[in-house]
Amino acid sequence: MIPTKEAWNQALTKRQGAALQKKFSSATVAICGLGGLGSDIAIALARAGIGKMILIDFDKVDLSNLHRQQYKVSQIGKYKTDALRENLLEISPYVTLETHTTRVTEENAVRLLRSSDIICEALDDAEAKAMLTNLVLETMPDKFLVAASGMAGFGSANRIQTRSVTKRFYLCGDGESDVEAVGSLVSSRVMLCAAHQAHTVLRILAGRFET
Amino acid sequence: MVKINGEERNVAGKTLAEYLATTSYDPKRIAVERNGEIVPKAQYGETILTDGDSIEIVSFVGGG
Repeated sequence: MIPTKEAWNQALTKRQGAALQKKFSSATVAICGLGGLGSDIAIALARAGIGKMILIDFDKVDLSNLHRQQYKVSQIGKYKTDALRENLLEISPYVTLETHTTRVTEENAVRLLRSSDIICEALDDAEAKAMLTNLVLETMPDKFLVAASGMAGFGSANRIQTRSVTKRFYLCGDGESDVEAVGSLVSSRVMLCAAHQAHTVLRILAGRFET
Repeated sequence: MVKINGEERNVAGKTLAEYLATTSYDPKRIAVERNGEIVPKAQYGETILTDGDSIEIVSFVGGG
């Protein structure tokens, strides 16, 4: 049985305190890319009671995604936007979700991301990551951007870090483990990076900007 | 001297585009921060590196 909204809010308030709960529930976070990083970020943010998420991905769930992305066998063939919506609503029944089944481009990014407070870059292609980073920081200077670079392979978990490049630009990852060079992505290390990104979002909302 | 990714380099007077041309960075994979602000991509050719500048070049790698 789905708890009432009041019971849901009470449970979160008990864990996080009313002040943080209010900040989280009134925030809008956009997640660009719903693969290993994006699906994990979304789940962590849903559990924290983020009020609204904008979820963007063009792709469908594939068998080859299940080793690290938060989807199920029963969801193979569905659009990731639709599959993640189902999964998030099972975790956080009152989150508001806006989904866009499309590729983020220079042409549509401002329109898609305009209403967000914080943007998570969770794409997989290096050029697309750089394009989105430059676009957000150049054209939407009031937003926070939390990006990721370097989480492939079996390197130490402890090398995944978060740092602030500018006051509005946070970067998570080890900075160098390229999937093209390393050849593998494993759920545990991708989850570490996604957890860094989700945690950075919550820290920004909580007003804690030191790294 | 200009501090680039933590190292002092004798490149004052060059434009950012000229400096990048001497490196192995792939221009399509980078974002550049100068003294706390992002440098718009269209301005790399006219951004002159100046003594005391602090530059960070973020070079993205694939995976997500």
